[in-house]
Amino acid sequence: MSITADRTTLDSPIVDAPIFDVAARPGPFTRIANMWRYRELLANLVRKELKVKYKNSILGFVWSLLNPALYLVVFYVVFEVILKSGIPNFPIYLLAGLLPWTLFSTALSAGTTSITSNGALVGKVWFPREILPLAALGAALVHYVLQTTVLIVALVVFQWTPSAKYAVALVPALAVLIVFVAGLAILLSAVNVYLRDTQHLLELALLAWFWFTPIVYPYRQVAGRLGSWAALLLLNPMVTVVVTFQRAIYNHLTTDNGTPLLPRDGLTWYLRNIGLTFAGATALLFVALWIFGRLEDNFAEEI
Amino acid sequence: MGSAIEVEDVSKHFRLYHEKPHSLKERVILLGRNTYEEFWALRNISFDVAQGQTMGLLGHNGSGKSTLLKCIAGILRPTGGRIRKAGRTAALLELGSGFHPDLTGRENLFLNGSILGLSRRAVSRIVDDVVAFAELDQFIDNQVKHYSSGMYARLAFALAVHVEPEILLIDEVLAVGDESFQRKCLERIKQFQREGRTILLVTHAADLVRQICDRAAVLDHGNLVSLDDPGPAVAVFRDTLLKGGLAVPPEAVGTPEYDPAQPIRIVNVGVEYPDPTREHLWPGEPLRIHVFYDATERIDDIVFSLSITDQHGYWLVGTSTGALGTEVPFVEGPGTVVFDIASVGLLDGVYDISVGAHNKLGGVIYAQREQKDHFAVANSTLNHGLIHVSATAHHLPGSSGVGDADGLTHDEP
Repeated sequence: MSITADRTTLDSPIVDAPIFDVAARPGPFTRIANMWRYRELLANLVRKELKVKYKNSILGFVWSLLNPALYLVVFYVVFEVILKSGIPNFPIYLLAGLLPWTLFSTALSAGTTSITSNGALVGKVWFPREILPLAALGAALVHYVLQTTVLIVALVVFQWTPSAKYAVALVPALAVLIVFVAGLAILLSAVNVYLRDTQHLLELALLAWFWFTPIVYPYRQVAGRLGSWAALLLLNPMVTVVVTFQRAIYNHLTTDNGTPLLPRDGLTWYLRNIGLTFAGATALLFVALWIFGRLEDNFAEEI
Repeated sequence: MGSAIEVEDVSKHFRLYHEKPHSLKERVILLGRNTYEEFWALRNISFDVAQGQTMGLLGHNGSGKSTLLKCIAGILRPTGGRIRKAGRTAALLELGSGFHPDLTGRENLFLNGSILGLSRRAVSRIVDDVVAFAELDQFIDNQVKHYSSGMYARLAFALAVHVEPEILLIDEVLAVGDESFQRKCLERIKQFQREGRTILLVTHAADLVRQICDRAAVLDHGNLVSLDDPGPAVAVFRDTLLKGGLAVPPEAVGTPEYDPAQPIRIVNVGVEYPDPTREHLWPGEPLRIHVFYDATERIDDIVFSLSITDQHGYWLVGTSTGALGTEVPFVEGPGTVVFDIASVGLLDGVYDISVGAHNKLGGVIYAQREQKDHFAVANSTLNHGLIHVSATAHHLPGSSGVGDADGLTHDEP
C-alpha cells in the first residue's frame, strides 16, 4: 500500500511513522529507539525548561551560579571556620563533590515532577513521555556546565592542580551519574502521576541522601570507622561518583597533618566501582522504562 | 487502497473512584474501603478508515468518542485491542494541542513542530505560512497565556495543517473561532481531502459530518452503534440522542406540571412518525402529534396550543386549535387532540414540543407540558441550515443576464 501523500513544502520529516500498533506497549529497547528519534524534541524541551525557568527573572542564569556559591559560603563558614575540619582548600574539595550532587538532586527533583507539570503536553499529543524527565536532566546538565566554570575559576584562583591521571575517570563517572539519575527520574516521574507525595518524600530523601554522601566531610572519615564494612558505602551510587570527582579534582589524599581524606586505592579501584555502578544503573534504567511503560497508559486521565 | 487507521476490538476500561486518592496518606486512609465503579469507556470497537477517507465520529457527551480519538492518537492506551496507523499523525484534541503558556506563539510552534516530528529547519520554513494562516502576525511573539481561546485554536489548527500529516485527527476544534476562520478551516480540510490525506473528525455537529465526511461511526455509551454513510449514521445518532432525551423516570411522565387545583391535566403527548420503523423524520415529511388530556370537570372555553422549539430554545412554530380553526366545543373526561403537520420543513435536529390548554383569550392557563416531548429530523439531503425548502436548480449556458436590458426575464416560452 502507498502512504505517499505528496509532501510539497516539507522534505521528509525526522520522524517517519511506519505502520505501527499504537495500542501495544513498546519494550525498553523500542522506547530507547523512540527517544533517540525524538532527540530534536528533547533539545527543544531542554530549551523550554531553561527559558521558562528564567522568564521574567532579572538575574537569569546567574541564579544557577548563586545556588552553589551560597552553599560554598555557608559550608565554608560552618565546617572550616566554626568546626575547623582542617581540610586544606576546602572550597575546592567541596565544589568537586557538590557540583555532581547538585546535578543529581536538581535533575531528580525536576524529573520527578516533569510529567505532572507538563500536563498540557501529555494530555494532548503523543511523543515518548520519557523525554520529559530526560529534558529535566538535560536542563540540569546545562546548569552543571555553567557551575563548572565556578570550579574552574576557583582552581585558577587557588592555583590548584587536578590529577591528570584520575581525570580519565571523570567522563565515565559523569556517564554513570547520568544513567543513574535518568533511570530514577523516569521511574519517579511516572509514580508521581499517581502518588503526588512522591515529590515531597523525595525532598526529604534527598536531604538525608546528601548527608549520607561524603561531600562536606571526607570519605575516609566514615570508611575508617566502618573498617571492613566500608565497601557498603559504595552501594550508594553517589559515593562512587562523588569520590571519583574528588579524587580527580581535589587530588589530595590526606590533610597537611596526615588525616586521611580520600581512598588511597589506584585508578583501577575507581574504574571498577564505576563499572559496577554502571551495571546497576543500567539495570535500574531498564526496570524504570518497563514500569514507566505500564504506568503511562492512563497518564492523560490522571493529570 | 489500504487502510490508514485500523481499529480492532478496542476496549478501554477506567476505574472511577468515588474518592480519588492522590496522596499516600489518602491512599492509606481509603485502603480497602475505597469504592469505585468499573467503567467501560469503549467496548470492542472495530473499524477501518481507508487511505484518503474522511470519517466522522459522532456521539453524545460521554459516548467515548474523545477517548477513542485519544487512543488513536496514542495519548491513552486501550485496555485491549489493536490500533494501527499508517502515516504521520497530527492530532487536534480540544484546545491548544499542547502549547506552553509561558512560551511565545513562535516558540510554541517550534516546540510543537518537534513533537510532530519536524526538524527545526522544517519548522522555520513553514512558520510564516502558519502565522499568516492563523492571522496572528501581531501576536506571534507574545506569550501564549495572553491569547484568547480563539487565537489558541487558530494557531493549533494552522500548525496541524501545515505540518502536512498523512492522518489528521480533529476533536471539536472547528467549533471555536469566528465564522470566517471556520470557513477557512473547512476549505483547508477539503484541500486535504483532495490531496488524499486521511481525516478522522470527532464532533456532535451532524451537519458538518454530512457536509465533509465520506463515512461516519456513531458511538453510544462506549459501543459502536453505526458505521455507515453519513446520512443514515446521522439518523442513528439522532436516535441515540432521542433515547437519551426520553430517559425520564416513568413515574414522572405526564405529571410534572400537574396542578391538582386545575380542572384539566395533560396526561401525555405522543409523537407519531410517518414510518413506524424509524424514530425520526426525513425533511418535508408529515408529523402527527397527539395530546392526551383528562378533564375532571366540564370546560367550555378551551383552546389547545402547540409550540415547537429547537435545542437552543428558539421558538420555531406556534399554533393552536383556535388558530387552525378547529372548534373544541367543550372537554369533559379523557380525550385527545391531534395536530397534523403536513410537511415538517426543518433540517436535522431534535426539537422540543410544548403543549398547553388555556381559555380562548389566553389569559387563563389550565395546563401546560413544556419541552417534555421531542421529535427528531434527520437530514437526508446535502443541504444545510435550519429550514428545509424544496428547491431545484437549473443551468442556463450562454445567458449571463448581464448586458441584457431585460435581465432576468429570459424565461423559456
